[in-house]
Amino acid sequence: MKKTGSQIFVESLKMEGVDTIFCYPGGATLNITDTLGQSPEIKQIIVRHEQGAVHASDGYARATGRIGVCLVTSGPGATNTVTGIATAYMDSIPIVVFTCQVTTMLIGNDAFQEADIVGITRPCTKHNYLVKDVKDLARIIKEAFYIAKSGRPGPVLVDIPKDVSAQSCEFKYPEKVFIRSYQPTYVGHAGQIKRAVRQILISKRPILYTGGGIISSGASQELIKLAETLSIPVTNTLMGLGGFPGNHKQFLGMLGMHGTYVANMAITNSDLIIAIGARFDDRATGNTDEFAPYAKIIHVDIDPTSISKSIKVDIPIVGDSKNVIKKMLEFIEDEKESLKEYKEGIKDWLEQIDKWKREYPLTYTKNKKLKPQHVIERIYALTKGDAIISTEVGQNQMWTAQFYKFHKPRTILTSGGLGTMGYGFPAAIGAQAAFPDRLVIDIAGDGSIQMNIQELATAVQFNLPVKVVILNNGFLGMVRQWQELFYGRRYAWTHMNFAPDFVKLAQAYNAVGFRVEREEEVDNVLKEAFKNGRPTFIDVVIDPEEGVYPMVPAGAALRDMLLV
Amino acid sequence: MRHIISVLVENEFGVLSRVAGLFSGRGFNIESLCVAETLDPTVSIMTIVTSGNDTIMEQILKQLNKLINVIKVTDFREMDYVSREMVLVKVNAEEKKREEVLRMTEIFRGKIIDVSPKTYTLLITGDEDKIKAFLELLKPIGIKELVRTGPIAIARGEKVIKIKEKQIKGGEDG
Repeated sequence: MKKTGSQIFVESLKMEGVDTIFCYPGGATLNITDTLGQSPEIKQIIVRHEQGAVHASDGYARATGRIGVCLVTSGPGATNTVTGIATAYMDSIPIVVFTCQVTTMLIGNDAFQEADIVGITRPCTKHNYLVKDVKDLARIIKEAFYIAKSGRPGPVLVDIPKDVSAQSCEFKYPEKVFIRSYQPTYVGHAGQIKRAVRQILISKRPILYTGGGIISSGASQELIKLAETLSIPVTNTLMGLGGFPGNHKQFLGMLGMHGTYVANMAITNSDLIIAIGARFDDRATGNTDEFAPYAKIIHVDIDPTSISKSIKVDIPIVGDSKNVIKKMLEFIEDEKESLKEYKEGIKDWLEQIDKWKREYPLTYTKNKKLKPQHVIERIYALTKGDAIISTEVGQNQMWTAQFYKFHKPRTILTSGGLGTMGYGFPAAIGAQAAFPDRLVIDIAGDGSIQMNIQELATAVQFNLPVKVVILNNGFLGMVRQWQELFYGRRYAWTHMNFAPDFVKLAQAYNAVGFRVEREEEVDNVLKEAFKNGRPTFIDVVIDPEEGVYPMVPAGAALRDMLLV
Repeated sequence: MRHIISVLVENEFGVLSRVAGLFSGRGFNIESLCVAETLDPTVSIMTIVTSGNDTIMEQILKQLNKLINVIKVTDFREMDYVSREMVLVKVNAEEKKREEVLRMTEIFRGKIIDVSPKTYTLLITGDEDKIKAFLELLKPIGIKELVRTGPIAIARGEKVIKIKEKQIKGGEDG
């Protein structure tokens, strides 16, 4: 049966099981807008800025494990998506971004609202397409969804010219995808996995260092089993939080620049690092020359380019984390004798780890001022670790990573790689759209929240009762902290001399606003906000010069931490 | 260290830009790049001369492989190969020099492909050393213009760089 491009678009989305799309209209989207407008099976959330649409689809993807989808218009609509796409790319989040384009005849003509979005996003997408013929549309959509989710996930952009969405052709959605030049490796090399297991069983000071790959491959249960079988301590990257329960006794907390003392000391002194689904990012390793000087390194990753990129690896294993861990467990099963010996051998190490844990636990100085860490501890206590938490970027993000103990995967939404301020609020909206009944909280700063604050209108219009906790210190706090430590306390540019009244602002949007100025108010306000069923801003006035500690200064080795 | 690599890619719009963008975006060096269709019109081959230490080379090869449109990447350092480059060069050929240029072109088995009262345009092919030597000798005579293809390379003997069976039939995940 013949269908128009926009009908093919909508039918294809249904075939892919898309239930929600984040959009913003424009001239070039009109054909699709009209067709989608008559397709109530797909929930359409209309944002207030295209960046918000991408972050929302990203938040949806992180929270659900499914592919996030958004659609925007040509030109400025398309260029506004770039930050969101780059954010998803750095964190390997599967989203499909549809941009509309001027008609094919006008492409290259500097037409009204024309931008070469395929050219612009080439370096920050996993792949992208310009659909030049309506006959290619269904196949390209099928490929886009496949590429976004398979292998190392990532954003895929599909640019659809206006005439393509109007033209008609026979529609048949392809059942299978075959791309000869793209065949990710899921199954790890058995010989390498065996070598890795042998290396583990002769190690004396092993540590598991795991990242976002655990989340994207759904390997959390397998990781717990591996860690428990081997009695091995676990540290996570920021992206890996929730992949291993934050309240597990073998958990050391996050490593790296704002990692825990015990995690950084353990990495530095270990003789074997088992890295799974993590990429030795500079914020995690500190100075690479001094990173883990005594350790052999096993590295499991689905993306071969991540292996030996910044740190030389001894046993590389290319494959899907879940698959590889399962295989490891099988091999360990066959080595009962060595496992016993191994467990004897690591006793001193585990004692040492406990000692580090006790010596310098995560803490902060309590004085009369309201401390952000206290607020996060209370959010954790009140939600019992069961909320979906998004963060903005900066101090709010690090305090959250340190003091909220993420129990489960897909409960933290944070821009780890790109560090995008303004990510958290639209991401929370995306997660709330996927889970209308769950508690979704954006932990923000007074700087970051202002980068996508317009999405409050979206939250109100679509009745998405996201809670935004603004840790308001009147500063761009993380940059201020660097100025305090390394630039003689000269707070150029970072002192926000003016901010809106966030309570009144929330009210102006017909949302709820609270202000908290004292420690004893925290619990009551949070409790009230969590149950009011409405989008809510909670402006928490915190100690303006509180810092994030421990801190490894840029370029220093992990062991050289500044402590509280 | 200098490497010649060959990259089999889908013969599609935008692929060159993906490859070139990868090199510029990650700070890898391209000394020369030569691209044309293969016997199979759906596939193009790029021959890229690049350089870097082992870590950088490993990244270059892996990153190229990661591009969706790249079918196969081969580093010629892993095998015996022959490489040739073609050069067009316009040289001074005024009265006194004409004889000398002619002789030299003959010695290097080049060809004169265009003549004017004051210039010769020469074509020469060869490996890097030969071309370098030839150009050094021409320099004192006066090179007016130089156009090079950059090297292309092919494995010695029966070895052929081709698409894997699995890639033709479809892998386990396809």
